[in-house]
Amino acid sequence: MRRYFGRKLLIYVITFILAVTVDWAIPRFMPGNPVEILIARAGLKAESAKLIYSYYMKAFGLNVPIWRQYLNFWIALFHGDLGVSLWLFPQPVMKIIKQAVPYDILLLLPAILLSWLAGNKFGAYAARSKWLDNTISPLAYILQATPYMWLGMLLAWLCGVRLHLLPFSGAYSNAMMPSFSWSFVWSLLQHWILPFASLFIVQFGGWAIGMRNMIIYELEADYSHYLEALGAPRKLVRSYAFHNALLPQITGLALQLGAIVGGALATEIVFSYPGIGFLILQAIQNHDYFLLQGSCLFIIIGVLLANFLIDLAYVLVDPRTRVGMQGEE
Amino acid sequence: MRRVVSILLVLALLTGVLGVTSVAAAATTEFPRSQTLYTGGKQWGPPSNWNPFMTGNYATGTIGLCYETLFLYDPLTAKFTPWLASSGKWTNSTTYRLVLRSGLAWSDGKALTVDDVKFTIELGKKTTLNFSSLWSWLTSITKVNSTTLDFKFKTPLYQEWDNYLYNLPIVPQHIWSTKSLTDVATGANDKPVGSGAYLYNTYDQTKMVWEKNVNWWATKALKLSVAPKYVIDLVNTSNENSLGLVLQGQEDLNNNYLPGISTLLTGGYALHTYYPSAPYDIAANTAWLDINLQKKPMSDLAFRKALAYGINVADIVSRDYNNMVSAADPTGLLPMWNKYVDQAVVKKLGITYNPAKAKQVLAAAGYKDVNHDGFVENKDGTKIALKLIVPNGWSDWMAAAQMISKSAKAVGINIVASYPDFNGYLDARLKGTFDLAIDNQANVSNSPWTYYHFIFYDQLKDIPTTQGGNYGRYNNKTAFALVTQLDKTKTTDLAAMKAVISKLQTIQLTDLPMIPLWYNGMWAQMSTTYWTNWPSSVAGKNHDLPVTWNGYWNMTAILMLTQLKAVKQP
Repeated sequence: MRRYFGRKLLIYVITFILAVTVDWAIPRFMPGNPVEILIARAGLKAESAKLIYSYYMKAFGLNVPIWRQYLNFWIALFHGDLGVSLWLFPQPVMKIIKQAVPYDILLLLPAILLSWLAGNKFGAYAARSKWLDNTISPLAYILQATPYMWLGMLLAWLCGVRLHLLPFSGAYSNAMMPSFSWSFVWSLLQHWILPFASLFIVQFGGWAIGMRNMIIYELEADYSHYLEALGAPRKLVRSYAFHNALLPQITGLALQLGAIVGGALATEIVFSYPGIGFLILQAIQNHDYFLLQGSCLFIIIGVLLANFLIDLAYVLVDPRTRVGMQGEE
Repeated sequence: MRRVVSILLVLALLTGVLGVTSVAAAATTEFPRSQTLYTGGKQWGPPSNWNPFMTGNYATGTIGLCYETLFLYDPLTAKFTPWLASSGKWTNSTTYRLVLRSGLAWSDGKALTVDDVKFTIELGKKTTLNFSSLWSWLTSITKVNSTTLDFKFKTPLYQEWDNYLYNLPIVPQHIWSTKSLTDVATGANDKPVGSGAYLYNTYDQTKMVWEKNVNWWATKALKLSVAPKYVIDLVNTSNENSLGLVLQGQEDLNNNYLPGISTLLTGGYALHTYYPSAPYDIAANTAWLDINLQKKPMSDLAFRKALAYGINVADIVSRDYNNMVSAADPTGLLPMWNKYVDQAVVKKLGITYNPAKAKQVLAAAGYKDVNHDGFVENKDGTKIALKLIVPNGWSDWMAAAQMISKSAKAVGINIVASYPDFNGYLDARLKGTFDLAIDNQANVSNSPWTYYHFIFYDQLKDIPTTQGGNYGRYNNKTAFALVTQLDKTKTTDLAAMKAVISKLQTIQLTDLPMIPLWYNGMWAQMSTTYWTNWPSSVAGKNHDLPVTWNGYWNMTAILMLTQLKAVKQP
């Protein structure tokens, strides 16, 4: 057990260091430097800009050699300091991310969990019904292949612009500030539905297809036929098939997490939903090294953490892993 | 299995509740629509600071709604309106005497006095602020009495000084003197205390909320009262989004360029623009073509001349902009600076679209199509293939670049439109690696000096850090000296100003360091659903600037808020 987790942990640490390094390096490959943009936006008189330029270069630590910047970055990181945003100067990156994270949790967790649950249930069901398999499954194939962005825009256009059913921009009404009132929660919910739906629908299709195929495969497996030959009730056979089919789906969830976060990015942009994805786009457009680093760091940690949880879940769900680990010790 | 499912479901629900509770932390507030003015167009990210010295970055209205300036300037009439100051004049050629209004107060109740003014301007000497360069030609500020200050100058730059008079925000000494100098220069200045018509109320990621200051000094002194109880500035997300909000009447004033407004005006929407017909908006700045003079063949005057003859601006105005802009004067001076245009010079030297002439100039200068590909080659026979850069996503400029490319190709000059992202575009101009670029960075101001200072910026080596202009690296000592001379010319001496400007125009039109194209507007889409009596060019209406951009509140936009009238909702 210890060895299993020890090895896993080591892999996670290496992944983390590599991911964070890439995260640090990539923004710096962009042409130009962020202080230029800060000054460009300020529209300063030339004589003042000259003074301000060197001031900012120093303030952001951009006036030292690149290796030193990298070193400083790690030192600051271990102090929990993600730096100061250039785009939203002088707000600390940590504060900006903290404001955005609740919206990501609100959007991502329900979308991931519910679509996984519903998709698997539905896929298993569809595999049993020829009629459903012929009608809904093709639809699920289409949904699975739909880009989040495109579906998001379609939903926004249809439900928002054409039918005036739901708001399609922001996280709550512009006339409100967050509060513990019904009207606020209602507004929050209304604004949440469309972005949630666009994430849910695409993922739902993917899980449903996966499950359907797995169930059909499992039902054709020797053990299923054996059970049937023994005269076991159909329900029992299917239940075993479902359990076995679920395992690859859990692995799939771990593999898919990165893609889902990417999808959330597109969705948040379409619906102007103020989560991390929205920040990342702005950070790229504004050359905000620090905000980009911080946001991506957050995603890296999130994905690694979720993977770790799934590793744990696997141990719980799959008896073979448990047995394997006990055998090791 | 069932247990796992139910655990997951509970988890999903729980996160939902958790999310809601962590979002909903502040006290209850809902802003009544009928008393709220929604604006948009300036803010492209959540409000992040209220520091009036951090130009370009501060939240909408930081200067104008919260902090105020000594004067307001109306570019349409070229008049200064005393604001915090009651008057100001040059008592001799190097001394400016400023008299402050009495009865001024900060929003925390303390009096606003000349000490605050003196303190504010002296901050620029103590640390690096956006106006610190003022101290290279200002010597000292002396308090004459409780309402009067004397400014002594080494070299009075009259044009620039007037610019400061309506752009410098005055901050309270009793608060700012306790800040560290770093905080003064780059602090966020949360919960700002100003003297203006509005008080900081709150903000979140999507908006800035200002609330009416019932104790505003101008209510007593000038009988002015702002109509909206709340001004909520919405963060832009996209132009499509803004357009939707304006058409639905959810945003009352939007200052983005929204294509197609001219057609929507007659579409039954409650929309209003400053001019009822083309060009709909007041001109805000000139878009021109930056030409990199360090590269061949742009270094050749004849080539530049052919290029100027070869660009069909009228086409851009009508097809790209749907007549929401107008073609620029050959000098590039904004319409409000018309009086400074030397018509004789323009008549003699001004260049307008003439493809036949373009071809003729090219041929006469020895540019020939050697390889018969339809485009002329350099005199040494090498190919000419110029890139015209505009930032990616600036759709109107991208279309304009294509049209310029098309009309230049028609006269035999091979120009290809190219769209790097904004940073790439900026960097290419700052480092001087571009061929051609569209630029519009000289905004409307009190004096054409700001325009000439930009296009004839003389510190060529410093361009990458100062972004002072002159990206084509035009080098002409005479022109540079004339710009300085203009700065030193008294603003009251119109004849002297005109004389200098006429010389500058002659140089500009002879040498063509850049080519003026069209005037970008003070884009303003106003919705009459909740508020009326918007600024309008129509006689008898108020002519305030309907613009929320930085630097425009203090150019009469604040007065617009005193003119608005709420629409009675059924």
